[in-house]
Amino acid sequence: MTPPLTRAEAKSALHAALAGFASEAELEQLSPSENLREALELDSMDFLTFVERLSEQLGRRIEEDDYDHLATLDSAADFLGEAHR
Amino acid sequence: MPALGADMTEGTVLEWLVKAGDTVRKGDIVAVVDTDKAAIEVECFTSGTVSAVLVPVGSRVPVGTPLAVLAAGPGMTEVGPTQDERGPAPETVPHVEPGPPAEVRLATPPTRKFAAESGVDLTTVHGSGRDGRVTHADVARAIAARTSLPAGRVRISPYARKLATELGVAVSSLSPTQARRAIHARDVRAAAQRRAERAPVRHSQDAEAMRRAIGALMARAKREIPHYYLSTTIDLHTAVEWLREHNLHVPIPERLLPAALLLKATALAARRAPQLNGHWVDDSFRPADSVHLGTAVALRGGGLLTPVILDAADRSASELMAELRAAVTRARTGALRSTDLTAGTITVTNLGDNGVESVHGVIYPPQVALVGFGAITSRPWAVDGLLGVRPLVTATLSADHRASDGATGARFLSRIAALLQQPEEL
Repeated sequence: MTPPLTRAEAKSALHAALAGFASEAELEQLSPSENLREALELDSMDFLTFVERLSEQLGRRIEEDDYDHLATLDSAADFLGEAHR
Repeated sequence: MPALGADMTEGTVLEWLVKAGDTVRKGDIVAVVDTDKAAIEVECFTSGTVSAVLVPVGSRVPVGTPLAVLAAGPGMTEVGPTQDERGPAPETVPHVEPGPPAEVRLATPPTRKFAAESGVDLTTVHGSGRDGRVTHADVARAIAARTSLPAGRVRISPYARKLATELGVAVSSLSPTQARRAIHARDVRAAAQRRAERAPVRHSQDAEAMRRAIGALMARAKREIPHYYLSTTIDLHTAVEWLREHNLHVPIPERLLPAALLLKATALAARRAPQLNGHWVDDSFRPADSVHLGTAVALRGGGLLTPVILDAADRSASELMAELRAAVTRARTGALRSTDLTAGTITVTNLGDNGVESVHGVIYPPQVALVGFGAITSRPWAVDGLLGVRPLVTATLSADHRASDGATGARFLSRIAALLQQPEEL
């Protein structure tokens, strides 16, 4: 059981996992409700890299069934903020 | 200068990784060449010792021009494309032959030719041979001296310096590869790669030149190749379920994407369809003896490259997944190999990530077939007389009618569909 992340921690983890796909400035400007794959033109390979990094950073395995929760920065922060098994 | 792709007529040497006196083995990367589409690492086709580098960095020369001279045992060999790969012989050689003054006429004709081609003025070369004769080795030394800088300073090739600027790598942070005593593009890339492990860098090529290169090649394909098109819809229910199960049980870095299965099925089907796997050269079809799968990779900011996965039919789906990731990285960091541009025997384009249902692609000359996959989407589908919702993909084939007929293409697509029903076998 890992303690749930705060909003700020989730945001910084997401930004770190997206590094290189967009600059920090671009990520700051991104609307929290915008679809990440579309806005950043991530293909499935990029998305897998994103998930891989996120999992590694948080020490938490993210299953494919949870990918939908990672659609936007907002939904992803919600998902990462939830307590999990 | 090797022909790195059917559309290439000239190339510019960006960097040399070897110098006179170096020993090279077959497959070693000896130079980096700019083809307008990308900077390509050129692999040496044979083993030997470099006697001289003929084309200096920055020179643009026609395909077929010797780039360097290799001593392979007793005889001499030119480094460059093998006879098969050569384009038409260049009509003009972009070197001005200096009229050698009388006293150096003692140099043998091959040495004079070598000096002329290397742009070395024989009057400035000290002759160490009999009667002060300028030997081949003297010219090679003169070339080497021309390119070396005072000792004590770290050398960096101009291309490596440019690449460092583009990739944002500080030159002062680099150390030369020990054996080479100079910083080369690969050192810069290695530094960028180390950093990329935290933040992947997208290296953009010259967009306009790439647009032109793609335009020329695709125009040629449409002009010369009588394309025919087939398509079929494939039920991926079993494949998707298998992938889901597989991915639940492996570490995240070993997860497979559907693309790995699509590539494997295509490679296996291509091996059974020799008329679709190979090259159309000189008005005849040359089947390939292995399946080297080109994979179309879209670049950020536009443009397209097709890095090649060698011997794709012999690799497991997991290996193909790793190869695909490596290929995408090569394309997007501008680190393609010469095999990426010349070895492909059939190409796959997968536009599924962009949500389109199907793609009727243009064949990549001199290949004779291109396979396209659209998005995998859940759609109504009849199964055993009942209507269900299944993950479906539309597979298309664009094929060269000179090399095959529709029946061959149809069997090929059916085989891909059948293979995807048994994902555990892939």
